Amino acid sequence: MADYILEVNDLKTRYVTRFRENVYAVDGVSFKLKEGETLGIAGESGCGKSTLAMSLMGYYFPPLHYTSGSIIIDGREITGEDPEVLRRTALGTEIAYIPQAAMNALNPTRKIIKYINDVLVAHNIRLNKKELREMAEERLRLVNLPVEVLDRYPVELSGGMKQRTVIAISSLLSPKILIADEPSSALDVSSQKLVIKMLLDLIDKGLVKSMIFITHELPLLYNVTKKIAVMYAGQFVELGPAHESVFEPLHPYAKGLMGSIIVPSEGIRDEHLVAIPGTPPNLKAPPQHCRFAARCKFRQPLCDSVVVPERFASDGRLFRCLLPEAVLRELKYEDQIKSKQEDAEVELDVNIIPFAGDNGDGDSGKESGG
Amino acid sequence: MTETDRVKVKRRELTDTFLEGKNMSKVYGMGRKANRAVDNVNFKFRRGEIVSIVGESGSGKTTLAKMILGLTSITEGQLEVHGQPRAFGTTAEKREYWKNIQAIFQDPFSTYNVFSKIDKVLLNCIELRGQKNLPYAQKVEIMTEACSFVNLRFAELTNKYPFELSGGQMQRLMIARIYILKPKLLIADEPTSMVDACSRATILDMLLKLRDEEDMTIVFITHDIGLAYYVSDTIYIMKSGQFVEQGTSDEVILNPKSDYTKRLLSDVPSIYEPWDLSSDDVEEDEFAAASGGDS
Repeated sequence: MADYILEVNDLKTRYVTRFRENVYAVDGVSFKLKEGETLGIAGESGCGKSTLAMSLMGYYFPPLHYTSGSIIIDGREITGEDPEVLRRTALGTEIAYIPQAAMNALNPTRKIIKYINDVLVAHNIRLNKKELREMAEERLRLVNLPVEVLDRYPVELSGGMKQRTVIAISSLLSPKILIADEPSSALDVSSQKLVIKMLLDLIDKGLVKSMIFITHELPLLYNVTKKIAVMYAGQFVELGPAHESVFEPLHPYAKGLMGSIIVPSEGIRDEHLVAIPGTPPNLKAPPQHCRFAARCKFRQPLCDSVVVPERFASDGRLFRCLLPEAVLRELKYEDQIKSKQEDAEVELDVNIIPFAGDNGDGDSGKESGG
Repeated sequence: MTETDRVKVKRRELTDTFLEGKNMSKVYGMGRKANRAVDNVNFKFRRGEIVSIVGESGSGKTTLAKMILGLTSITEGQLEVHGQPRAFGTTAEKREYWKNIQAIFQDPFSTYNVFSKIDKVLLNCIELRGQKNLPYAQKVEIMTEACSFVNLRFAELTNKYPFELSGGQMQRLMIARIYILKPKLLIADEPTSMVDACSRATILDMLLKLRDEEDMTIVFITHDIGLAYYVSDTIYIMKSGQFVEQGTSDEVILNPKSDYTKRLLSDVPSIYEPWDLSSDDVEEDEFAAASGGDS
């Protein structure tokens, strides 16, 4: 049973607004994670990355509501459990979550060691003062944080330091899965490096079995995680190994996203970046057909009329696009700017596969090895 | 990443010095507690170039920007505009100075007046330009042009409030304001740190467009040396109030001389080389950073 440490099947969650409108922020996400694996989730603001992170905890509070699907952590299904039981037995021990500006969670009038005590008390672990201090010090040494932090107030620490302290606290009970939701986006590059180093350390030392890392910074993701999922409008549009996802993306959206990468290396100054025009669809009423169709450069007539299933490429990567794999491998995002006018569309029309539900990946055999 | 048909970025020769800082310092506090946030810096910004100031949190980047903007006083040294010391005595002089200067800040959500709609925001700019008495149709024309410059559609925006837009759109609206006002100097203080990578590309390209079309001097403040390299002609590297390295972007990035620049470069994750996480030199005085930090 416990082949996978985390198994998510067709998870759907929604927000209910004040006006009783549903916002389908996570709409059919499935993935599996083995022990020791790290998954990165990339995407624009508002694509549902953070909602997915919160949904994965299985602990829902308004306005977030659970619709359907299942989350199985190490053989234990956490969906449908009583929230109070879940909070005491799963959060922090099975799965832990670090929000974006985690450092703002610290109350400036309490010392760090009090928070550590709070976490333990909430999980029915009672220690006396001496034991608590010994335990906390040992833990901090393990994650390379100075022990003096324990007796500081949060205001005395720098932003990066606060963030690392929060990470240390949230991983205190050695959760199986750690979800880090943009843990470094409020920090400068040097503090970011320390935070990332610490997260990777946690996995190396076995304090955390597996990590889900969320960010929009693709170069960062590429360096932190082994697998990258690209999310768009509540769905995964691509999921594959980090190297392939960055250098040979399949889905048109992923291709566009990779065009916005900025790294300080020779040559990037000579060309303008490629930004995807338009805005993501409104998730109150997401389109039934391909969600990216309205912004897609390679859009075909069929894209507006059929539901796009999750398809798998010959190397096992997931993608959600109607175009055949061989065609997608050949296409470059920039190409279409030039040949948008007439001839390219005719050429592509020939390769369109008719949508037939179950045999979506039927013709991936004629791959050209692009 | 292929060199097929991406639009080539223009490069130009620059000579004309526009803004010059001479031995500028800013000291907060007095006596033993004195904190030199900006320590004796010299710089020359030329007309029509993008200058990046790169440094960590608490290095004094924002203080320098505030001094240039005139939002805080200069403790020592002086700032010269076109060779003349900046006159800042009377309100009239201040107004005159501020006519030619605009800024974009980090947080788009706190830049706008929440009570005024978007067309009001843009109409204000037209009034600031001294065209208050223009017929409304012409004003709309100007606003539409400005919005199309930043890839927004004016017709969709007229009845909205700024907070109804996304962060990236708000920053773009800010650039639309600047396009209407056409200042000579634009200070962009981390304009992209709160938007996602996709909007960031758009915003950076708009800054390049402003430079090329309006011949604007842009001071781009960031902690990400990669962004600085992409967007700027000249880079100043700042560390605890001082410039440790300066030069054209290619000089600074491709052949960094100071160790600090090399460290900043290694801190940015790249996709072409493995990221070296082993170096421990970042650990220096962490507790001290909080006191001088990002306030």
